[in-house]
Amino acid sequence: MTALAAPLAERGPTDWTSTEMTQRIARRYRAERNFRRLGLLALLVAASFLAFLLFTIVRDGWTGFQRSEARLEVVFDPAVLGVDPAAVGRAGGDRLLATADYPALLLATAAQLGPAADTLSDAAWLDLRETLQADPTLLGQRATIWVPVRSSIDLLAKGKFDLSAPSDSRGVSDEEVADWRWLERENRLRTGFNGAFISGADSTEPELAGIGGAALGSLFTLAITIAIAFPLGVLSAVWLEEFAPRGWLADVIELSINNLAAVPSIIFGLLGLAFFLNIAGLPRSSPLVGGITLALMIMPVIVIAARVAIKSVPPSIRDAALGIGASPLQVVFHHVLPLALPGIMTGTIIGIARALGETAPLLLIGMRAFVTDVPQGVTQSATVLPMQVFLWSDDVQRGFVEKTSAAILILLVILIAMNSLAIYLRNRFERRW
Amino acid sequence: MNPNPAQNPAIGHNQQPKMTARGVNVFYGQKQAIKNVSIDVSSDHVTAFIGPSGCGKSTFLRCLNRMNDTVDSARVEGDIALDGQDIYAPQMDVVQLRARVGMVFQKPNPFPKSIYENVAYGPRLHGLARSKAEMDAIVESALRRAGLWDEVKDRLSESGTAMSGGQQQRLCIARAIAVDPEVILMDEPCSALDPIATARIEELIDELRGRYAIVIVTHNMQQAARVSQKTAFFHLGSLVEYDDTSTIFTNPRETRTKDYITGRYG
Repeated sequence: MTALAAPLAERGPTDWTSTEMTQRIARRYRAERNFRRLGLLALLVAASFLAFLLFTIVRDGWTGFQRSEARLEVVFDPAVLGVDPAAVGRAGGDRLLATADYPALLLATAAQLGPAADTLSDAAWLDLRETLQADPTLLGQRATIWVPVRSSIDLLAKGKFDLSAPSDSRGVSDEEVADWRWLERENRLRTGFNGAFISGADSTEPELAGIGGAALGSLFTLAITIAIAFPLGVLSAVWLEEFAPRGWLADVIELSINNLAAVPSIIFGLLGLAFFLNIAGLPRSSPLVGGITLALMIMPVIVIAARVAIKSVPPSIRDAALGIGASPLQVVFHHVLPLALPGIMTGTIIGIARALGETAPLLLIGMRAFVTDVPQGVTQSATVLPMQVFLWSDDVQRGFVEKTSAAILILLVILIAMNSLAIYLRNRFERRW
Repeated sequence: MNPNPAQNPAIGHNQQPKMTARGVNVFYGQKQAIKNVSIDVSSDHVTAFIGPSGCGKSTFLRCLNRMNDTVDSARVEGDIALDGQDIYAPQMDVVQLRARVGMVFQKPNPFPKSIYENVAYGPRLHGLARSKAEMDAIVESALRRAGLWDEVKDRLSESGTAMSGGQQQRLCIARAIAVDPEVILMDEPCSALDPIATARIEELIDELRGRYAIVIVTHNMQQAARVSQKTAFFHLGSLVEYDDTSTIFTNPRETRTKDYITGRYG
């Protein structure tokens, strides 16, 4: 070491081939190799977690998009339905068809299933009504209709039970197994795509529950969120970056916004409960209140992303525009915002994706309500996708397990689509100079 | 006002100067960047500001179209007038001032838009064209005057940022002259360009002389000697000497000027 500390002139020429040098080089190579291996290992661990998650969800969830139905030969007997055939063609006939006694017809028809007559879903009569309403000429005629069966039969058909286990521990009764075997033997059971799951709303029965209501609730909620958070966030960012006087006030605002972005979401839910529901008196459980609450939550995220995007527009562009006589407002709207827009949109979509997956604040404003109707507007009671996942995962009925995974799949697909859109927008509109 | 005896703002003028500055001081916070500068700029000359780095020549240039307004900490004292009208007066509209006193920057900074849109932007802002045909004519004449028309007439819709550095800078000059300014300020317009592109810009400056009052800041003394008729030498925020370019370069009055010209410092 003394040799190194000596002034350059007094040292001899450096020996680049000494043992010490060779060892140093070998050590450096080893460190680089190990670091690369470590990185690869970390990546593999992360990827395998993700793969496991996706695998289990897809395995449990894909049957959630299917449902089992039993074949019925139905005779739409006007006497059983309590409908006067002559009255159907006249005014008010529609109402007559809507209010006819379909449960009685179902009861009478189910007898043809013999021992398995009680395997039909409680709401199977709705399918009879739907069929007749779609084609009133069927009144008095015979038709073949597939109606949903109870969840336990549905799960048996999908092979979800281990039938070799003792009957008291396999979760399904011997009687149900016998019913299912009879239906299969008589060739009266089929399992197919469950359209009602996509379009319908929640239900207490797994075979009738749908994700459509929650999806539409999410859509309404996000529409409100975007409509409020995007303009507010972008205008705040523009003002802070382009017009706000520099000084302690700007620093305080900056600090507050960064802190706001880190506030736990449940606190925004409390704010929504205290202000929008109790003081402003907006409708409980509605996408309107949910949207406003989530807008408050993601606005700081949009402000931060938009400020970064605005900051990255080179000052030379501002100079150029100012130099030929553009006003500060024209500089912002003609040049800065268009150039910053890809970054702003990326940040916004990431914020929206966060809002889409948010549950905690919505619990507090009543969006965990059990809603069996698809919402028609932003002021009606609704729930959202992650809340539906939460509600179903909490349900004691076994049939909801696959529904939960199916709902997660839909949520994931929407999230992936949104993130892909963000990446596409960034690449498509990014300008270089 | 008591002008520095070394300064002779009105030398050789037989007509009203386009811009006049009297006793200008500029501060950035506590630091004084420009000290008591008085100078006249005439329409029929190219005026060059030379001096070592940090001497305040660019700062002073940016006072002439109030671009220093965008710097929060900057404060300008003294009188600067365009055609005898105080440009720092409250009733002066700064947006219109910048249309009348155009600027070309050190680094070519075309908008990331088409060549046509780059040139048409200024006229559109100020409502100088009433029809598409009129706008086309303005764009063509500006590009012609900037010596760029023949190179770009077939690709006006291509991006202005896709051109070479020299072409970009000429596009910026075309953009500035499209709003028909009275003065053009050029802040080291060739410092980012290669010698051939530089020569092309210098030719262009010579062609534009007489039509516009041109003020050019340069750290390249040969360039000042080639393109200008008047030269102002700045040092440490003060205007040391202002005279005909030939006088400054062959027979300067001040020792500091002579030392700088001969390369003793700077």
